[in-house]
Amino acid sequence: MLGYILRRVLYAIPILVGVNLITFALFFIVNTPDDMARMHLGVKRVTPEAIEKWKQERGYDRPLFFASQQNGLSKITQTIFFEKSVRLFAFDFGPAEDRRDIGEEIRARMGPSLALAIPVFLVGLAVNITFALLMAFFRATYLDFWGVVLCVAMMSISTLFYIIGGQYVAAKLWNLVPISGYDGGLDAGRFVILPVLIGVVSGIGSGSRWYRTIFLEEMGRDYVRTARAKGLAESVVLFRHVLKNAMIPILTGAVVVIPLLFMGSLLAESFFGIPGLGSYTIDAIQAQDFAVVRSMVFIGSVLYIMGLLLTDLSYTLVDPRIRFD
Amino acid sequence: MRIILILLLFLPLGSLSGCGEVWNDPYPASERGKNNLYSVFVERPKHLDPVQSYTTDESQFIRQILEPPLQYHYLKRPYELTPLTAVELPRPRELEGGKFTVYEIRIRPGIRYQPHPAFVEANQKLPRGKIEDLKSPYELPLGTRELVADDYIYQIKRLAHPRLHSPILGLMSEYIVGMADYAKRLRAADTDRSRWLDLREHALNGVERVDRYTYRVKLNGRYPQFVYWLAMPFFTPIPWEAEKLFEQPGMAKKNFTLDWWPVGTGPYMLSENNPNARMILERNPNFRGEPYPSEGEPEDAAAGLLADAGKTMPFIDRVVFSREKESVPLWNKFLQGYYDVAGIGSDQFDQAVRVSVEGATEPTDEMIKKGITLSTIVSATIYYFGFNMKDPVVGGSSERARKLRQAISIAVDMEEYLSIFENGRGVVAHSPIPPGIFGRRTGKEGINALTHVWRDGREQRRPLEDARKLLAEAGYPDGRDPKTGAPLLLYFDTTARGPGDKSRLDWWRKQLARLSIQLEVRQTDWNRFQEKIRTGTQQLYGLGWSADYPDAENFLFLLHGPQARADGAGANSSNYVNPKYDALFEKMKNMPNSPERQRVIDAMIDMARRDAPWIFGFHPKDFSLRHSWVANAKPNDMAGNTTKYRRIDVPRREALRREWNKPVVWPAVVILLTVLISAIPAVLTYRRRERMAARPA
Repeated sequence: MLGYILRRVLYAIPILVGVNLITFALFFIVNTPDDMARMHLGVKRVTPEAIEKWKQERGYDRPLFFASQQNGLSKITQTIFFEKSVRLFAFDFGPAEDRRDIGEEIRARMGPSLALAIPVFLVGLAVNITFALLMAFFRATYLDFWGVVLCVAMMSISTLFYIIGGQYVAAKLWNLVPISGYDGGLDAGRFVILPVLIGVVSGIGSGSRWYRTIFLEEMGRDYVRTARAKGLAESVVLFRHVLKNAMIPILTGAVVVIPLLFMGSLLAESFFGIPGLGSYTIDAIQAQDFAVVRSMVFIGSVLYIMGLLLTDLSYTLVDPRIRFD
Repeated sequence: MRIILILLLFLPLGSLSGCGEVWNDPYPASERGKNNLYSVFVERPKHLDPVQSYTTDESQFIRQILEPPLQYHYLKRPYELTPLTAVELPRPRELEGGKFTVYEIRIRPGIRYQPHPAFVEANQKLPRGKIEDLKSPYELPLGTRELVADDYIYQIKRLAHPRLHSPILGLMSEYIVGMADYAKRLRAADTDRSRWLDLREHALNGVERVDRYTYRVKLNGRYPQFVYWLAMPFFTPIPWEAEKLFEQPGMAKKNFTLDWWPVGTGPYMLSENNPNARMILERNPNFRGEPYPSEGEPEDAAAGLLADAGKTMPFIDRVVFSREKESVPLWNKFLQGYYDVAGIGSDQFDQAVRVSVEGATEPTDEMIKKGITLSTIVSATIYYFGFNMKDPVVGGSSERARKLRQAISIAVDMEEYLSIFENGRGVVAHSPIPPGIFGRRTGKEGINALTHVWRDGREQRRPLEDARKLLAEAGYPDGRDPKTGAPLLLYFDTTARGPGDKSRLDWWRKQLARLSIQLEVRQTDWNRFQEKIRTGTQQLYGLGWSADYPDAENFLFLLHGPQARADGAGANSSNYVNPKYDALFEKMKNMPNSPERQRVIDAMIDMARRDAPWIFGFHPKDFSLRHSWVANAKPNDMAGNTTKYRRIDVPRREALRREWNKPVVWPAVVILLTVLISAIPAVLTYRRRERMAARPA
């Protein structure tokens, strides 16, 4: 097992270098260091000297990938790519272009992101599985039919509509919760009730349909027939046998996103004024803050790789036949 | 079991009821009944260091904290400078026949800084571990000291600081004696970036300390606009102790820098700095107090704006700025009373404002019912549409090109543009100078006679026939090139790329199509657009400019030849060069406002109208709404330090918030019951199935 994990971690290194390289190339195809300097210095009274100074201070006055004027290894090391990438692997993100420390920002914004993402994930998973099991239980009845119709209808509505509609109805019309905002500690609860509810409801359609398909597939298997033949109650068949055997596809979809919860939700955080990492990334893209974009893409990649590894490891928990030798 | 289920379902609603009468209040219960002002910010501030900060988003914070020597009178119009920390307005004193000008500024004794850790000596040598444990610099022991002239001198020196980027360094290097050389000397002296660069050890020739409360600034030549800069944050005092405190190792890593924690003598101090969610200004306990103005415009007394005359400001204890990135929640929270003031987005315009047939604007019945008041002000800004004078088709000083530009200027119906796309929020521009600034003429005298006529006591755009005639004289009869017979094809460079911009761009095509000119819109991102402007490869384009200060020079310089963008880094994006205009500009910029200056400005504007390097777009009108509990609110486009004048009727706000935000619980209960009832068929079916006997095969 340990050898497998180590091997996967080592595989991750070239992947991370590749992701970093692609991010770097894409960013600098669209934005030159001069563009970044102009964006940060503003549009009024910006002189060429100020742009040069800005680039020099942040190391953007170097060549992007290859410093032909340098000697030996310096041809590689004295470049923007090398300089900006190496520190990432030590998780030293350095300052953003506005000089605020990225690590400090991430620590501050992690809490609000998780306060929204974890309940949406856990409650959503529970609701989707329950709803899907019910539809599977009532398969081929009018309850299943209308359940699927409801799911398709809910899938067809844009998340933005759920957000704006939810804010209007629950917070504006009924005055039950604040429309937007955030506070630390227990006070966070009253700000995240609505976004969590909206997050869960907006995910029911696609989530339940996906799980329903998995459950129906399992329910056609021999062991289910055997269980029923033994005279087990349908609820026991569903929860003790079908659910357990359907865990591999469920885990494949669910565990991989657990680390990514940390990255926050781009849309919900913006509309609900939650100062999380999702809105941090969006702000950075808009402000052409390469330091933040690069860091967030790197963290996202690391978390995704971690998620895939965790998914693989979680298979051993639900299926004893799987071994990593 | 059922009881437990019901309890679980209603628990969230039950827990909410613990919040008090109002459930949707976004602020902590401890803030209720407090003398706070609630406002918003949309963009994260980039800089709060006055040497770098240059945007309105940032000035709403720092202008309440930092005090330059001068300020704008809150109520009087046209805008008028008054002393803030200065004893009086400085008068320019010319030396050597105008070769130099000296401004001597005397500040009032006894002004004290806000409580700040920089003024406690022990804080200047903090161990690294202690810094790492801090959540806010205000956790350290706090001290204060008196404001002295040296603090203003220190800040002027900081304009040339090699580790900072002051946008006005280039401009000030032209005027402040020795500034350019000073910047070079500082760069040479700044060899070790890990050490604090103490500017007190480096003298600046053009700035001199006279005594503890007086300093002099020596300028090259004449520069009457310098006094306006003395009302801007660039010239606020910075105590050297603050810079030293934040230069300690470990401070920047904690985001404790002067760029994020400004220190000043103003009515407020920044107590919470979370640019992701909220910024809080608290009343500065060391603020000396300042009387509310007792003079204003004639209508100010009737509007209740002089009711607090002579009373000591500030009136509000705390200002809470919440970040709202989206307009929908912002607007709804304003209507709920959780923001005291708000602007109006185009999506909410129809809900907020009613426009009469005559064009008058007033709040809608819904707003009036809530006691919301509408204020409008024509902003000291111009949005213009320029021709690149370096372009071979539309540019140059030939009669052909000039008539082509004039024809297009007539054909582009800005009145229609304002009506369709801006909800009438703007006035058509006839020159670069916006209303309220000396040099702008009004009425018949103020119209651009090439594009408008004065008829029936009001301005009217010239008929399209006049444009067609000019176009024919330019060599394009019916919009066609007689040599090739092909329609004239022009290019419009723009950053408008969103789905909502399509109608605007179609409108532009239609305007030129009325002259049978084809317009091709080249949509591009902001970076490429800037590059085109910088290299002078655009043809038609749109840009805007907001005033730094209320002087005609700050607008007419946008057409000054030596500042052509493609030839350097100036603000003249049309690359308009007219030696006569340039000569008059040099003369006008050093003149005091007088009939003679007005004549020079008139001559310059006439040239700009005749040469038509711009279609003189429009001056936008800012609309703002405020609740009935906000007093002393008068729009002021120049003064950023307006929070101290505001007053809040807190009991009224509390009462109205309670009235407007009563929770409506029954629909939620109905929904829960519906969900429960809809589960009944499922339960029944389940039970029936479980009891069903096995069917025979």
